Amino acid sequence: MLSRRLIPCLDVRDGVVVKGVRFRDHVVVGAIEELALRYRDQGADELVFYDITASPEQRTVDRHWVQRVARLIDIPFCVAGGIRSVADARAVLHAGADKISVNTPALERPELIDELAAVFGVQCVVVGIDSLRDGDGEWRVRQYSGDPSRTCAPGVRTLDWLREVQQRGAGEIVLNCMGTDGVRAGYDLAQLQAARALCRVPLVASGGAGAMAHFAEVFANADVDAALAASVFHSGEIAIPALKTYLADRGITVRPVESDDATR
Amino acid sequence: MKVAVVDSGGANIASVCFALQRLGVDAELTGDAAVIVRAERVILPGVGAAAPAMARLRELDLVQTLRELTVPLLGICLGMQLLFEASDEGDTPCLGLLRGRVTLLPDAPGVRIPHMGWNTLQPLRAVSLLAGIDACAQAYFVHSYAAPVSTDCIAACDHGQRFAAMVQRGNVAGAQFHPERSASTGARVLRNFLEKGLA
Repeated sequence: MLSRRLIPCLDVRDGVVVKGVRFRDHVVVGAIEELALRYRDQGADELVFYDITASPEQRTVDRHWVQRVARLIDIPFCVAGGIRSVADARAVLHAGADKISVNTPALERPELIDELAAVFGVQCVVVGIDSLRDGDGEWRVRQYSGDPSRTCAPGVRTLDWLREVQQRGAGEIVLNCMGTDGVRAGYDLAQLQAARALCRVPLVASGGAGAMAHFAEVFANADVDAALAASVFHSGEIAIPALKTYLADRGITVRPVESDDATR
Repeated sequence: MKVAVVDSGGANIASVCFALQRLGVDAELTGDAAVIVRAERVILPGVGAAAPAMARLRELDLVQTLRELTVPLLGICLGMQLLFEASDEGDTPCLGLLRGRVTLLPDAPGVRIPHMGWNTLQPLRAVSLLAGIDACAQAYFVHSYAAPVSTDCIAACDHGQRFAAMVQRGNVAGAQFHPERSASTGARVLRNFLEKGLA
């Protein structure tokens, strides 16, 4: 049976991992390679690296650290940040990333998703969606969310965009619920349930994990394929091995943490 | 040991080479038939779609070379699918080293396509490639098409339906999952292939 995945998210800025609250006020968490290896050893199922300043600064992701991570770890990882063409994606994938994630550039030019899927296959193409509930109760996407001064709302309804990106060839969707991000009060179950109902490809929950119960909740109630978190893992508040035991005890299928690292 | 990684144009080639490096092997990434026939082990990686991958092998004039290879050959992911007679993906004739046809995994409620993530390997035969892989080992899969569980299947997997996670016949083997991204389980499969070939 397919395991539910736990994905630590590493926001990269200027070559180091940082973490902010509600996408703002970033502090340095540690070195990229050190964190990548630590999470691998703890039993993370996958890693996501977001180069959070690439899109606002109109540049592509730095592929040198991508290659260093690819050499080091033997679990899959996805890279996001400023990938706006097939050539950008190729550079990151050839550096050793398993998947690329597009967010703002796909909103600017939706055909990018079709192009990436045609060249690399849908399994490489993750679409990240930053979403916030507006005053009228409607969830709408946000653009340039890596930079608070430039974040904007193009007026696209999140669920419409979710449908469109699948038609265009998204192989996986990461839904970042910005209203719950960084505040550790739990994932946005209502929004994720609404997304799940429309999502035929793997769906990754993002934004809001603060306790082990939140992970159990999002798998059991929103039926997501994976849960992404940053703060609770970076701070050490939740250790992945303990979280996996907790989830397994509640009947949620997870990959057991490997005890034998002798083969590495 | 001389290991050739076929430059099939897929995006996971770097990862495969890095995984071999972690095992102490500097593989040669090559599209040259002369290099491939001199290697002691050949790995055919692949990510993407069947038709462009086969076009690439034809362009490099490697189809006959791979068909006539006598040393152990390991196809990974799409590389494994190319070992079969044909794939429904783009209705593509493949290498024909293994009998059968690769088909699209059907989606169903709760079964998402692509099959993406860690899933349990179900070993079916005691072969050297599976040495040290216990019955609950999990591997990382990312694919939408899959090969049938035939007599060549040495490990199965379930995602909506049962499909071949690993195959082996003569000097030819394949892994539908990504050993280069399957932590210790994947490293063990690669090491078995390097050290033991396909006994």
